[in-house]
Amino acid sequence: MAEAARPADDPAAALLRGYAPVSGIADELMDAEGRVRPVWHPFVSYLGGQSREEIATRVARGDQYLRDAGVFTRLYADGGSTERAWPLSAVPVILHESDWAEITTGLRQRADLLEAVVRDLYGPGRLVTEGHLPAALVAGNPEWLRPLVGVEPRGGHFLHFVAFELGRSPDGSWFVLGDRTQAPSGAGFALENRVATSRVFSDFYPEANVERLAPFFRRFRDALNGMRGGEDSRVAILTPGPMTDTYYEHAYIARYLGFMLLEGEDMMVENGRVMVRTVAGPKPVSVLWRRLDSAFADPLELDPASHLGTAGMVGALRGGQVAMVNALGSGVLEARALMAFMPRLCRALRGEPLKLSNIATWWCGQAAERGYVARHAERMKFGPALSNRLFFEEQAPARREGEALADWLEARGAALVGQEAVTLSTTPAWDGTRLVPRPMSLRVFLARTPEGWAVMPGGYARIGRHADTAAVAMQSGGSVADVWVVADEPVAAETMVPPTTGPFRRTELSVLPARAADNLFWLGRYVERVETVVRLLRAYHLRLAETDRGDQPLLTALADFLDLHGVSVDEPFAAVIAARLASARGCAAQVRDRFSIDGWAALGDLAEKVADLGIETRKGDDAARVLGLVLRRIAGFSGLVHENMYRFTGWRFLTLGRALERANAMAWTLAVFADAAAPEGALDLAVEVGDSLMTHRRRYAVATTRETVIDLLALDDRNPRSILYQFDLVRDQVGRLPGNEPGPPLTPLARRVLEVHTGLAVATPEALTTAELLALRQAMAEVASLVTASYFG
Amino acid sequence: MLYDIGLTIDYTYDPASGAGRHLLRLMPATLAGHQRLIAGRLSVDPAPQERRDGRDFWGNAVTEIAFRGGHERERFRLTARVDCTAKAPELDLSPPIERLAKELAEVRSLGPGAPHHFLGPSGRLRPWAEATAYARAQLQPGMTTLAVVEAVGQALHRDMTFDAEATTVDTDPAEAFARREGVCQDFSQIMIAALRGLGVPAGYVSGFLRTTPPEGRERLAGADAMHAWVRAWCGIEAGWVAYDPTNAVLAATDHVVVATGRDYEDVAPVRGVLRIAAAAQTRQEVDVIPLG
Repeated sequence: MAEAARPADDPAAALLRGYAPVSGIADELMDAEGRVRPVWHPFVSYLGGQSREEIATRVARGDQYLRDAGVFTRLYADGGSTERAWPLSAVPVILHESDWAEITTGLRQRADLLEAVVRDLYGPGRLVTEGHLPAALVAGNPEWLRPLVGVEPRGGHFLHFVAFELGRSPDGSWFVLGDRTQAPSGAGFALENRVATSRVFSDFYPEANVERLAPFFRRFRDALNGMRGGEDSRVAILTPGPMTDTYYEHAYIARYLGFMLLEGEDMMVENGRVMVRTVAGPKPVSVLWRRLDSAFADPLELDPASHLGTAGMVGALRGGQVAMVNALGSGVLEARALMAFMPRLCRALRGEPLKLSNIATWWCGQAAERGYVARHAERMKFGPALSNRLFFEEQAPARREGEALADWLEARGAALVGQEAVTLSTTPAWDGTRLVPRPMSLRVFLARTPEGWAVMPGGYARIGRHADTAAVAMQSGGSVADVWVVADEPVAAETMVPPTTGPFRRTELSVLPARAADNLFWLGRYVERVETVVRLLRAYHLRLAETDRGDQPLLTALADFLDLHGVSVDEPFAAVIAARLASARGCAAQVRDRFSIDGWAALGDLAEKVADLGIETRKGDDAARVLGLVLRRIAGFSGLVHENMYRFTGWRFLTLGRALERANAMAWTLAVFADAAAPEGALDLAVEVGDSLMTHRRRYAVATTRETVIDLLALDDRNPRSILYQFDLVRDQVGRLPGNEPGPPLTPLARRVLEVHTGLAVATPEALTTAELLALRQAMAEVASLVTASYFG
Repeated sequence: MLYDIGLTIDYTYDPASGAGRHLLRLMPATLAGHQRLIAGRLSVDPAPQERRDGRDFWGNAVTEIAFRGGHERERFRLTARVDCTAKAPELDLSPPIERLAKELAEVRSLGPGAPHHFLGPSGRLRPWAEATAYARAQLQPGMTTLAVVEAVGQALHRDMTFDAEATTVDTDPAEAFARREGVCQDFSQIMIAALRGLGVPAGYVSGFLRTTPPEGRERLAGADAMHAWVRAWCGIEAGWVAYDPTNAVLAATDHVVVATGRDYEDVAPVRGVLRIAAAAQTRQEVDVIPLG
């Protein structure tokens, strides 16, 4: 046995004791004789020098990083979906640079071949007329989009960013399992894998000669910027929105590369140009990195049921006004039946054999292939011909009971492929106590640059949950690991920062899409509404604690007031608060690319805190105490937003929403509790809800009167809780919005804001009657409507 | 046969419409040997902010228009003179239906006329078991492909009731078939699905019917609005044959072709994306006057 050959004091030996690769398949860590491959030696010695507890701590550090960064994927099941933590397998897959070179050479050729195939399918169609490809296979493919036939992509290329799924054969060679040309996901997750894994092994990674990922992204970013139609037009990432499983990644890449994140409804087509609706009017976009499936991109010419697209997009592409990465219709290349023809297509189009073979595939629409597949059925996996999923992700289509294989193939042949039943190699995963071999496949990303295809060196492997080398599916509980491509020599540490050339210039911040502004405005409003309800509830329970009777006039008045806010004091308040928080988080989720990681985390903490309260009905003092805790969490979120967020236009809408809501809430509170007909104690309650107890005591030695309360909570421009203070903010922010810069002519919004502000600034406590306070609320609603009409339409 | 064709489509919006973009497929086609568009004009009122006239994948004339919004009505007005010389096939050159798949495999083309486009599921149509079973029930030994097409079309005409009120433009053909009633769109889409279920490539044709019948013949159903019928691929020799299941006739000089595609979605006369607050009202008027 190989283990006996190792000296007993070798720390790696203990680590590897019991690591038993499946016989007859390749293992990344060990060769067929059970010897550790040279490229793994440093890592194995390093890891072997640590106790299980140390390793466990390290693994936990990686998970903690991912949680803090808010990395998640979305899991769909039974009609619903849930966010799921990113399932990192901490042990990286380690490959030597020479091994990697074989992959990159093969994949560059394959990417060029796919480009040639897609160019023919949307162009002359000679692959079909010359008999290299059956017409039925193309015509029946729902991803072959007829409106795009004859459309020459701007810049001359269909494919700019592609990915390949690879497996390793028992003989050690690599083969392609699937081509990803539609809108490959995972590159952003690869970056997060890398950050997390380098933290787990922070004392090893820097010296391990691991190829860095950042240069790949920098080159692709520069390539996309180079494709723009001019300095004033933009690059954007086109996403289906927060309900898609990889939305996190879309937002992450947008933030990382500094591109706008847009949904279809953010754009419109005007005279053949694609424009993004921003708060400063329509602005041109000339490069779209598409993360949306093609058919959804234009309801006018493609899927009419799509709500995710932009009407007229295909027309804009036809006119060459926008570059799409990848071209609409590129998904046609993903059909697995196409793999059956790749060797032949490579010879026909390039006059050379494939450098990297793909999984052996037979399309059953042809008699000879059908016969071969039927004769070798025991070595085959069957699947839908036009599906783009990998063999291990999908069950074969069902055969009728008693139906003979040959009859089934004859009847349904064109819809089926047979694929060789392959095995994948295994790689070590940490199962909590030891290393175990698990099947893996690599996902390799290629990006087109002016110098040719750039290959991302590693970053992403899928790891199976069980030892079964045919089951890797992420959605069914597998995990993902970083991939290290290790060089013999030290590698240059590079980041996204390009070398400095010329003097420093402050770059313009990207424009703010109207929809993002709308969401930020409502985020501000919703969070403030949560705070208002929490303050009112706390005031109620504090008073309830001081008396045993719930039917006191003041408590009744407060309960009625809460009822106007849609809150019943008899129901568990956690649910009430949670529902309102969900609205706020919904808005925040729409603008994650514009929102700091800490801000998002704070909102999550707040929701967690509220969820912890459960559904029990607490009353009185106990309730007041936990409501106080919730208030402090809200303050934490607000602090992050208002202290740390850059004052970009989006922040102004957030602030505007909050200020309008806060002013409105105060006007309402005063209209009810500072009214002549309010019960005893109402004025003190207003002061408390307005968080101004101390100030009031200091400023007014006399007893609480309507005048003192109105003065402090409505008209005092030094009290951040007062209506005037908040309206000062409104006026200030409105004056900084695009198109509302001070000076004539006033817009309807600016005029209304000025009217309201002036009226408030010159008001006296006596003049601010209950009727006036209610009129103020009406005015506030008008201002909000004007903001909506001016910027979000 | 020479026709003067007039078509008016009105939409009214209340409240006024927001921005919108439409594709119009209203202009009669020129089809070598079958039909010639002598003159045609498509006007849009109010004048749209953008207009582009071109052709789609199938070769149909398509006009793309865009409005910035704020209008309460739209009127599309077509006037055209068309010479229609199409003839129903006099000889049945089609192969026995069992041989059709082999002929199909010999066609190496993805051009708009290639039969391969018309066999699988398309935007609005997926073959469903009842339609296939119904088509299969019309088969008799030794039938040619053309005979199958006519048999299926006649069966549908016999079993289905034409009822202009029974369905809407969005009714699922499977539902119309289950109720055995519908309009020309339903008749045609059901026939297409049934033929595809048998492996016969079939597509959708939109167009006009002459509104006044020749002396001594009855007025055809569906003449007061745009009409729809079917074309089926009957082998390399016979090619495409047009059949009107609503009237149980092979389409010839009474049928003026506007657009062809796989199903209604490919040829919808007005397709569009519009921001409106309430349902639009629509009205259509057609005149097809034979000039002799």
